[in-house]
Order: sequence, then structure tokens, then C-alpha cells
Amino acid sequence: MINWPVILTIAKTHLVTKIKQTSVAALGVTFGIGAYITLVSFMTGLNTMLDNLMMNQTPHIHIYNEIEPTKEQPIALYDQLANSTPIIHSIKPKLSQKKIHNALPLLNYLNEDVHVKGAVPQIKAQIFYIAGSIEIAGNLTGIHALEEAKLFHLKDYIIEGSAEALNNNENGILLGVGVAKKMSVHVGDRIQISTIKGDVFPLRIVGLYQSGISDLDAIQSFSNLKTVQRILGEAANYITDINVKLNDVELAFPMAKKIEHQFELKAIDFNTANAQFETGTTVRNLITYAVSITLLIVAGFGIYNILNMLIYEKMNDIAILKAIGFSGKDVQMIFMSQAMIIGFVGGVLGLLLGFGLSHFISTIPFETEALPTVKTYPINFNPWFYGIGIVFALVSTFFAGYLPAQKAKKIDPVKIIRGQ
Amino acid sequence: MSIVLEAQNINKYFEKPTRFQVLKDINFTIEKGEFVSIMGKSGCGKSTLLYILSTMDTEYEGRLLLNNEVISGQSGEKLSYIRNKHIGFVFQFHYLLADFTVLENIMLPAKKLGEKTLEAIEKDAYDKLKLLKIDHLALKKASQVSGGEKQRVAIARALINNPSIIMGDEPTGNLDSNNADNVFTIFRELCDKQHLSLLIVTHDEDFAKRTDRIILMEDGTIKK
Repeated sequence: MINWPVILTIAKTHLVTKIKQTSVAALGVTFGIGAYITLVSFMTGLNTMLDNLMMNQTPHIHIYNEIEPTKEQPIALYDQLANSTPIIHSIKPKLSQKKIHNALPLLNYLNEDVHVKGAVPQIKAQIFYIAGSIEIAGNLTGIHALEEAKLFHLKDYIIEGSAEALNNNENGILLGVGVAKKMSVHVGDRIQISTIKGDVFPLRIVGLYQSGISDLDAIQSFSNLKTVQRILGEAANYITDINVKLNDVELAFPMAKKIEHQFELKAIDFNTANAQFETGTTVRNLITYAVSITLLIVAGFGIYNILNMLIYEKMNDIAILKAIGFSGKDVQMIFMSQAMIIGFVGGVLGLLLGFGLSHFISTIPFETEALPTVKTYPINFNPWFYGIGIVFALVSTFFAGYLPAQKAKKIDPVKIIRGQ
Repeated sequence: MSIVLEAQNINKYFEKPTRFQVLKDINFTIEKGEFVSIMGKSGCGKSTLLYILSTMDTEYEGRLLLNNEVISGQSGEKLSYIRNKHIGFVFQFHYLLADFTVLENIMLPAKKLGEKTLEAIEKDAYDKLKLLKIDHLALKKASQVSGGEKQRVAIARALINNPSIIMGDEPTGNLDSNNADNVFTIFRELCDKQHLSLLIVTHDEDFAKRTDRIILMEDGTIKK
């Protein structure tokens, strides 16, 4: 039976009379937790931004027709060579069409799948931008502007004009910002493009596109699906690529395999295409947590030291408390509650400090060409970090307080009383 | 008269630096309302005996009875409770909690016991302070009162739970004769008026002579 009000009164009195040491110990926790919150909010904010830079534009599964040699060469069908190893030189890729066969039923099939957030068709075409007598090589992608905006955040990368404007204009083009600069054209101007076959088409610029990757911006432009089909002289079922966004990115790999198998197409999942990207995220998170934990452990040692000193100073008090009927456990609880109070107060202040600092960072201007939508440093205000922070503060102070409190529990009052 | 405290065949050894028998077969009883002093030369084991009787030292052989109940071999938790409820302590050095007020110091054992409401405990504390004529000090910090006053506060604290017995380890040893006399008078009155049992270890012969009974110790045994 522990009498908590009495224990807490004694603990509080000790802490208040030693307010300087108490503050120093609590400040240790405050800075530890504050630094953790700031660091983790900032780092994960940056991580999310970098992730989005990649993820927003990148499909989870990219389906297209790969130009490649047939996996099974005709010689494999010849039974009499079944026990030998044929060696074939100069294999040529198989002649096949660029377009995806039966693309429209496939799109419908994908869009009905519950795991699929959306599947959009694209047509990729090589073109030339014509500026007087100069031809600049480039890519024109036919898209469904509104769905691209919805699924792949196209709007974030349109720095002038809009996705709606492209959708509403039969002859519109969303020009890469690099191309526009080279050709000195602006929104509303007309430009001419020519296909590989040599047909020339005039298009009106309805917007400028900036992905943040300048090499890409110097060649890439977008137009409507129908427009590109018309430019290429193809039918309405001519689609070269299908981009799929899933509800859960983890399903990308098995689903890509399934599609490949079922439709005899090439389907690349996100992780296979961007393996290095996840490694980067993991390593950054690892560094963040390593630094934070180090900070908290240092704070923990601070608390341990101060409680240890406090116990040496309060040796007489401990002896007297034991003599008047407080048990070893009561004394242990007095010092444990002191540690926990320091941890709690320091931790809560640390959360506030962390919030203040990260809020301040989130107001610092951060403008870069590569990221047209980002105006200030990105901060991730995830409430989970605050939960983890306060739990860590309490756990580390618990361990820091445990050994000194255990020592106080074992102090023999007779030795101290007789020792004087 | 009922027996408050009884020691049966108490033996105690010190293990360091070499095995040495401090107490040899100690037997005695203290009755209710008796004022007993223990005398003897330094090192004869009288303080050691007192700390065994106080339940703080548990490494001994023999049996100890408080109010006819065996308290030897009880758990630490239980012994703490016994100290809290039945034994009042006064030391040579005025062991008060320096960070607390006089009143808080006195109330602490009763709060720990937790048998009464806070208001009742505070009233009791004021009663004890009045009994010892130091009620004007109630709200002062323990570190700010004089030596003689501190010892009276310590006595008040020992009395707060109305214990069966008060034990003292040279409670006057660190006081001038005037204050020492005061403390003795208080003990005498507690014994006479409230029938409290007292067991006091002392070097002071004048003090001992005025008690009801003297236990004289020599080399770990009781002489008389």
C-alpha cells in the first residue's frame, strides 16, 4: 500500500527546493525531445517532398509493348535438338506494333479492379518543334488531361495555364518550359510541330509545364489523346502506354507480374523501376532516428547524474523517512516519481519547443526551380512524432531514475544515523 | 502492568573487519508507562541494541516482542508499518527534513499511516506542538529553528501517531544543559501524564538517575 499523495508531496518539495538542478535535468529532456521533434518533422517533411517529386508523376505500374526478341526462338520447337544447347547469333527483335493490342477493353478491365485507383491511357510520339528553319527534337505525349491531373498531380507541374484549358482545346499543347524558353514562345502563341513522317501541324500553347528535371522540360510536351492520334494519323484505339495508380503501392509487383502474364505485355512496377529511391528514404530515416536517440540518451545520462547527486544530498532525509516508517519501496517511489516528473515536464516543454522550431522552419522561404509548388521548407506535422516523443521522454527518464532510486531503496538508515 | 517491549536472547555479531560478538544473550522487558534508560561505555553495544529494538536493524539472533507480538523475522514492509504506528524515534542529531516546515515534519508519519483525515492530522500536530510549547514555530522551515527547538519538534513528530514506545539515542547528547533539562522534563511528563513507555540510550548520568530504571551495559551484556 503506497500512499501516493504523501510520496508526491515529498517528491515535489525535493524538486522545488532544488529548482536549479531540477531545471537543468528537465532542460536536458526538453532539448532532447525538442531536437527530436524538429529533426524528425523536418527530415520526414523533406523525405515526403522528395518521395512526392518521384511518386506523384510516376505510375505504380507502367504497361507498354516492349520491342524485344521473342523469348522462345523457333529452334526450340525442333524436337531433335531437345538434348543439345543451340547457340543463335544475331537475334533480331520481333516485329510488332507499338500500340497496345485491345487497349480500350484492357483499360476498362483495369478501372473495374478494386485495387486500382485509376488507369490512364497515353500515346508517346517523337516529334520536332519547328522554329523557323530549326527543328528541335522532342516528345509529345497524348494524355487525358483531367484524369492525369487527378491521379498524377499534373496541376502541380503546370506553371502557367491549366489542365482544363488543355482538355477544352482541340489543338492545344502544354509545352515544356525548357522548349518554350528555347523558342521564345508564351502561352497563347502558336507553334508548329512536325511528325517523324514529315507532316506539320500548328498547335496553340495553352500552358507551360515544369517537372523540375530540366532535361525533361527541354523536350517534353503534352497534348490531348485525340490530338496526338490525329497528328499520327491513327485510330481512336491507338494507345501506346497505360499508367496505373494503385490504392496500395505494395501490390504493384504482384499485379504487374499478373498483367504481364495475362495480356502478354510489358508491365513495370514502381519498385523495380526505382529501386534506389526506397534505399535513400530508408537511410535518411535511419539517420534521423539515430541522431534523435543519441540526443535522448545524452539527456538520460544528465537525469541519472542529477538524481544520483540528489540522493547523496538527501541521504539524511532518506534515513529519517525510513526511521519514521517509510518503507524502502516508498523511498524508491519518491525518487522514481521525481524522475518521472522531470521527464514529463521536460518532455511536454520539449514537444512545445519542437513544435515552435519546426513551425518556424516551415515559414522559411525555400524556392527552387526543380520544385515549382514548394515555397517554404517542407515540415511533416505528424501527431505520431509527438506521441513517440513524450513516450520516449518518459521511458528514458524511467531508466535514468531507476538505478538511483534502487540505490535509495537499499540505503541502510542505521548506518547513516550512527555514522554522524 | 502490561509488557510493551520484550527482548529474548538477543545475540548480534559484527562480521567486519573480523567476526565479533557485540551483544551477548540480552533479555529484558519494558512495561507500559515505564521510563527506562540504557547506560554504558562507548562501544558496549547499547546503540546497537537500540537499533535492533527499533526494528531498523534486522540482522540479529533472538526474539523481539512488541505488545506481545513477535516482530522478529517480519518483512521490511511490515516492519516499516510497525515503526510508523508503534515506535516513536528521537535521535541525537535533530533529524528533521530541512526542506519542510515544522508542521509538515510532524504531520509526515501520520500522513504515511493514513488513518486520519488531513484536517484531523493537522489538529493532532498542533496539539503536540502546544504540548511541547512550540506551536509558534509551526510554519517555520525546519532548517530555521534552533537546536533545542529542533529536538522538541523531533519529539512532537515521534508522538504524532500515539506510539506504544518512544526510543531515543542520546536525545540530549547534543544539547546544552538547559535544553537537555527541558527535554528530560518533557519525557518525564509524557511518562507520568500519558503513561507512555520510554527507552533512552544516554551517556548523561544525571539524566539516567532521574529515570525509573537504568539498564547498565558492559561488553555486550546487561550488568543490572
